[in-house]
Amino acid sequence: MSRFICPNCEYVYDEAAGNPREGWSAGTAFADIDADWTCPDCGVREQVDFTMIES
Amino acid sequence: MAIQAEVDGQLVQWRDSKRYLWLIGSIIPLIPLATWGLYAWTGSGLSWWFGPFFLFVLVPAVDLVAGLDPNNPPDELIESLEGDRYYRWITYAFIPLQIAGLAWAAHLFGGGTLPGIDGPLALVDKIGLAASVGIVAGIGINTAHELGHKKVEHERWFARVALAQTFYGHFYIEHNRGHHARVATPADPASSRLGETLWEFLPRTVSGSLRSAWALEKKRFDRQQKSHWSVRNDLFNAWSFSVLLWGALMIAFGWQILPFLLLQAAVGIWLLETVNYLEHYGMKRRVLESGRPERVNPSHSWNSNNIGTNVLLYHLQRHSDHHANPTRRYQALRDSKDAPVLPTGYAGMIVLALVPSIWRAVMDQRVLDHYDGDLTGTNLHPRVAATYQRRHGAQVAA
Repeated sequence: MSRFICPNCEYVYDEAAGNPREGWSAGTAFADIDADWTCPDCGVREQVDFTMIES
Repeated sequence: MAIQAEVDGQLVQWRDSKRYLWLIGSIIPLIPLATWGLYAWTGSGLSWWFGPFFLFVLVPAVDLVAGLDPNNPPDELIESLEGDRYYRWITYAFIPLQIAGLAWAAHLFGGGTLPGIDGPLALVDKIGLAASVGIVAGIGINTAHELGHKKVEHERWFARVALAQTFYGHFYIEHNRGHHARVATPADPASSRLGETLWEFLPRTVSGSLRSAWALEKKRFDRQQKSHWSVRNDLFNAWSFSVLLWGALMIAFGWQILPFLLLQAAVGIWLLETVNYLEHYGMKRRVLESGRPERVNPSHSWNSNNIGTNVLLYHLQRHSDHHANPTRRYQALRDSKDAPVLPTGYAGMIVLALVPSIWRAVMDQRVLDHYDGDLTGTNLHPRVAATYQRRHGAQVAA
């Protein structure tokens, strides 16, 4: 399970926890998230912009 | 009061010259009280129109006299400045004042009287009061905007409360996830196009933003494989605050106040959307080879350092930095040297925008200059494309 960070606002997507509110249940791999999904906190960066911080 | 931080053994100090000026923003929700005071003092029915007079005459005049404030906090201190809770309490305090002002006005819409107001207000006076309360409502959307961008959950709920007065709860969804993602592209209903008049823009942004907010929430629920007809849908829970607020006011003061509630909401929405019109007029992000628009940068928003409007609107005019860092708190927003600058503050520009020919005369050449005369770089309104090609197309070659 990896963690990915929004390069703009430092929101972190943790694959283990997912983001159920956004529709990504716990365990959803980051690669399975829509490429045009925007950061839920800042709305400025999209899935493809995130960087991996921990694998 | 100076803030300081130690960076590489060096002490960085900075004093926020606007620290106490931010309290001036709390004048806005007191506008309804000011109309009462003015009326009790002068007995003139014009008193009820004080809100528009304040925003469209007094504030632009202050901007012209008080001038610019280019003061920026140093990078090293942004974090401690954002952490100072004093600043956020100023925005929280706006909301109860705003609601109290609306309730007070509703009492008068319902035919009530008060010391200094002997009989029920005449229709024209009620319309003036609705316009004044609507100005508060519109700037309340700005307060909601500041709070709705924050990562702290209770601030996002405060944003919904501030939006209740205008029934504009969907703004918080569409603005954060729609407008910020698509700003300065032809696809964004809230980015105005070169040659588009304010009056063309208004129906496009109001209807487009609502449809987009609806689609964003539906998509979020589709991903969860649930129906979006749910109280967890942020549109419905935000609108429910309006149902509660308007419902309570109508129970207390009679259903006859409804036309005035609608009028003040329309004024508030008009004010907010007019500010939207100023913020990105004619701006377009280049489309990259991948088909995605380039990243938002300071060149995509109109800015102003006029201190009068900036203090009243919580630095909204430092709009480039806001789009670069949407979650950054207002007190820490910075002026960007690369950003295009409006000739005066937002308040004065709203007045110019009312008359399309004046707006075009002031703004169109500035947009073209910003793109070195290249009309293809601008977000050109399709309706005027042919005319603008004829008129300005030659500037590229020149």
